[in-house]
Amino acid sequence: MQPPKYRHLDTVLGGLLLVSMILALYMAFLGAPRERTMGDLQRIFYFHVPSGMMGLAAFGLNFVASVLFLIRKDRKWDSLALSAAEVGIMFFTIVLVTGPIWAKPAWFVWWTWSPRLTSSLVLWLLYLAYMLIRSYVYDPERRAMMSAVFGIVAFLDAPIVFFSIRWWRDQHPSPMLETGGLSPAMRPAFYICIGAFLLLFVYLMRRRYFLESARQEAERLERMADAVR
Amino acid sequence: MPGKVWAVFRKDLLIELRTKDSLNAMLFFGIVVLVIFNFALEGARDSIRAAVPGVLWVSFVFSGTLGLNRMFSTEKENSCLQGLLLVPMDRGILYLGKMLAAAVFMLVAEAVIFIFSMVFFNLTVWKEIPYLILVFLIGTLGFTSVGTILSAISANTRMREVLLPLILFPVVLPILINAVEATGIILNTNDYGALRLPLTIMSAFTIVFGTVSYLLFDFVLED
Repeated sequence: MQPPKYRHLDTVLGGLLLVSMILALYMAFLGAPRERTMGDLQRIFYFHVPSGMMGLAAFGLNFVASVLFLIRKDRKWDSLALSAAEVGIMFFTIVLVTGPIWAKPAWFVWWTWSPRLTSSLVLWLLYLAYMLIRSYVYDPERRAMMSAVFGIVAFLDAPIVFFSIRWWRDQHPSPMLETGGLSPAMRPAFYICIGAFLLLFVYLMRRRYFLESARQEAERLERMADAVR
Repeated sequence: MPGKVWAVFRKDLLIELRTKDSLNAMLFFGIVVLVIFNFALEGARDSIRAAVPGVLWVSFVFSGTLGLNRMFSTEKENSCLQGLLLVPMDRGILYLGKMLAAAVFMLVAEAVIFIFSMVFFNLTVWKEIPYLILVFLIGTLGFTSVGTILSAISANTRMREVLLPLILFPVVLPILINAVEATGIILNTNDYGALRLPLTIMSAFTIVFGTVSYLLFDFVLED
């Protein structure tokens, strides 16, 4: 179970998260300058992009945890993989909701089938499929095994999806940090938002992981009680 | 190793030749999909040529999924899978044999569906055939390379047949995109040089997922 010292750490993390989220909201809505052509609309950027980054990090973590589970066969890696997949799906849901809201006024369409949009959608579908597999296997050992294999397949698929659509025209701006296109005045707000979302990512991961460990512990105790009876 | 792969492959082929369960279902379903698309695309009658590659591959993939679903459910009857797992060989060999057998069934179904589609959509092809065979071959190998392992995964779940398309279609999207593009290039242009890119991506997909599935197949088979 979760030792008390970790619970204190979570309290501290939760407090930090609250403060940084308020700061991020302030910076995104009031601190950052208005964008010249898009106006206030561009402020979605401060939530859209960090969510995408954290979502990708979560899916990467799911891949690593899946590989480690197959090597070590330790249930804790399965719990980590599950937590990462769920948190990643949440972040990508934010990306896929804020994206069309931003795209409609900026590009005059809700959706285009460009590489970045399509691969984000496919990535989201892949991890929903991962959750489907988990929900349809009863036996915990086998569930962990099946989902770990699918987690590896899904993560390897993502770049191929992206590159196979790449040669179509891409309307989506390439990442600002690569091209250095983000105005220096906007950078503080952007970095604070990334920091706040990173804290959110870590916090949710920890909570979900401990919840899953507790659930497994309860399952184990139930089985022991059944065996005694 | 090729001998063992051949043995598994031959076993699946023999079963299919004697029962013809999968192949009949695959052919029938593929043709029904073509008929449905004919009516679904009623409004686009004038530009039907542009839609044919997409229609063809949707039909291939749907009928292929039927075949993949049968692959492990037949093994479950009479505990055939247990017997197969007792054979002292690497599980990856089982994967290769089954993958190749699934690809052969799909290719047979594709050939028939293709002939029907040429009739239904009023197309004439002769000199394009070698290029089409190449695209169908690589596309099918890519589809079955990942389809075989996902079929084994879905056979382990409560939902079995229902789950396979749900987990397979998002994964095979790169194959579908590139196969449709490549088929479109062959049927609607004469620029065969443009085939290199989609064929390269499909081959890369096949090699990556063939290798990964070969290595991971042991984990998805129940002992």
